[in-house]
Amino acid sequence: MNTLVRCQFSLHDKLKLSLAIRELKTMNHIAIKMLMGDKGKYLGIVMGLTFASLIMTQQPAIFLGLMSRSYSFISDVGLPDIWVMDAKVQFIDDIKPLQDTELYRVRGISGVKWAMPMYKGLLKARLVDGTFQTCNVVGLDDATLIGGPPVMLEGKLADLRRSDGIIVDIDGATDKLGKPSPIPGGKTIPLKVGDSLELNDHRAIIVGIAKVTRTFQSQPVIYTTYSRAKSYAPKERKLLSFVLVKAKPGQDLTELTRRIRAATGLAAYTQKEFMSLTYEYFMHNTGIPINFGISVLLGFIVGAAIAGQTFYNSTLENLRQFGVLKAMGTSNWILLRMILLQAVLVGTIGYGLGVGLTAIFGYSMRHSILAFKFTWELLLFSGTGVSLICIFAALISIIKVIRLEPAIVFKG
Amino acid sequence: MDSSSFAVRCRNVIKVYDTGSQKVTALNGINLEIALGELMMLVGPSGCGKTTLISIIAGILDQDDGYCEVFGEDLLNMSIQRKLNFRARNIGFVFQAFNLLPALNAAENVSIPLIINGMKRAEAERKAATLLEQVGLGARVTALPSELSGGQQQRVAIARALVHSPRLIVCDEPTSSLDHETGHRVMALLKDVALHKDRALVIVTHDARIFDFADRIAKMDDGCIVEVKGATNRNLSFHQPTRSKR
Repeated sequence: MNTLVRCQFSLHDKLKLSLAIRELKTMNHIAIKMLMGDKGKYLGIVMGLTFASLIMTQQPAIFLGLMSRSYSFISDVGLPDIWVMDAKVQFIDDIKPLQDTELYRVRGISGVKWAMPMYKGLLKARLVDGTFQTCNVVGLDDATLIGGPPVMLEGKLADLRRSDGIIVDIDGATDKLGKPSPIPGGKTIPLKVGDSLELNDHRAIIVGIAKVTRTFQSQPVIYTTYSRAKSYAPKERKLLSFVLVKAKPGQDLTELTRRIRAATGLAAYTQKEFMSLTYEYFMHNTGIPINFGISVLLGFIVGAAIAGQTFYNSTLENLRQFGVLKAMGTSNWILLRMILLQAVLVGTIGYGLGVGLTAIFGYSMRHSILAFKFTWELLLFSGTGVSLICIFAALISIIKVIRLEPAIVFKG
Repeated sequence: MDSSSFAVRCRNVIKVYDTGSQKVTALNGINLEIALGELMMLVGPSGCGKTTLISIIAGILDQDDGYCEVFGEDLLNMSIQRKLNFRARNIGFVFQAFNLLPALNAAENVSIPLIINGMKRAEAERKAATLLEQVGLGARVTALPSELSGGQQQRVAIARALVHSPRLIVCDEPTSSLDHETGHRVMALLKDVALHKDRALVIVTHDARIFDFADRIAKMDDGCIVEVKGATNRNLSFHQPTRSKR
């Protein structure tokens, strides 16, 4: 008898559950129709969320692009494991020169496979038309040329060994170092292999064109040998900017940096640590994060205001309809699910459109000077932002609908 | 007449609205019984409590005091879920402003009560289409409310109120938005299609032109039923008006 009763209960529960699921599925259809019934409002909500999603994705993508440029020079120099520099250096462009003897001290530390000098400094180049352009000059070890550009477009890295040879980055050669057009107002003529420049009154002949990642300052990058770079640079007692170190195989890099610091009193960072140091400097000592942060916050607030307000208004206008459904026996739980479904739907469409537009924007700007870095973390970030807007909009609507007295249906 | 012959039995029902600054007594000791198979009209001036009374009878508003039984069930003491289920199965609504969902077509609107009761959408819409044909809207099944005239919308609303075969249908001013002829046709349809020996209709109206359709008319004033007119041949056990002030 007990088994029979249990069985009946179980069947009854299953039937109730299946009816509830069926009701839910079908009410979802009604919820979607209610949402899309007023095309203007529906588009208003979607556009608001699209705008919010676009701003929350595009602005941080530009920010990330800009910030990644702050350490792009470090990431372009792929071979060394450790960068050694003056202990007071705060970021890549904060050059505090060392004595050349420091190179030999580093070479003498156990665990160091090789150590090479690097010069990095800003020098003025005199162009064909007599104007000056500040350039980022990089001097590489004369023998090994370690630290050279990642991609050569014309010529070879070894060509730097030729007399007065320099390699110029393609963006600099095309734009800032380009020769003036013979036609007034015309496009500049890109520098090519064989052309010459004057660097601090020294002749420099272009022997190669390279592709490098744009740097934060967007100045042309010129590569040459370490000894030639020293001859271009104004005379100073100390001219060594960095010592690039390769660790012996199996060496613990953290331990090796600690040993270099202890032995020389200089700063030693792994490539990642130096990138992070530079990134943190720009984060904490420039107004860039706060400027972009304000843009993103504004996008979130405006998006939330437009989408949230329109969504809430739409619920208010449908309040009588929700009242009718409630009077007819629809539970608060089903109504809550209907509103959540509406919010999820507009949120997904708005988010998709916003992210899609950002991707199109990034793609169309890929050859421009604009910094743009679209990572998967940004998708999560803007997705969270849009979700918060939708949850907020749905929540205030849900509260209104749950508190709704079904007797409203009889009010005129 | 035993209690199972009644659709509705209200005893000394009181409802007071608290508006903050003052308390308004909407119902002041209502006693009313509506028999199965009966079409009862509630009439009276605006603000006399008619809408409050049908809201309580329909189970969408709770009285403050007194007893209201619908098909033998005390709605006040029901759990929320049971009351929802009770309304979904037993009550049909017809509203003055039709209250059709504007984004849904006629068949979809009519199918809502069936869907709430767990029927599959396709089946519910098929059944709705059949009923729409019965109320003369077979050709307008896929029309949106905005594409229908006032009379047609009210017929859709009537079909929606009947589609799940409820035992009590409450109508709030069903003809007040309609012209005389259309109102008459709607009432004829309502009486013809809706009235049944095990079903009752309660209609709140101001429209004197449709009084002829009523079995009984309860006149309300100031929260009380002051007079009940009409069919005495039904042998109703309780049809005398009472006026009890708190």
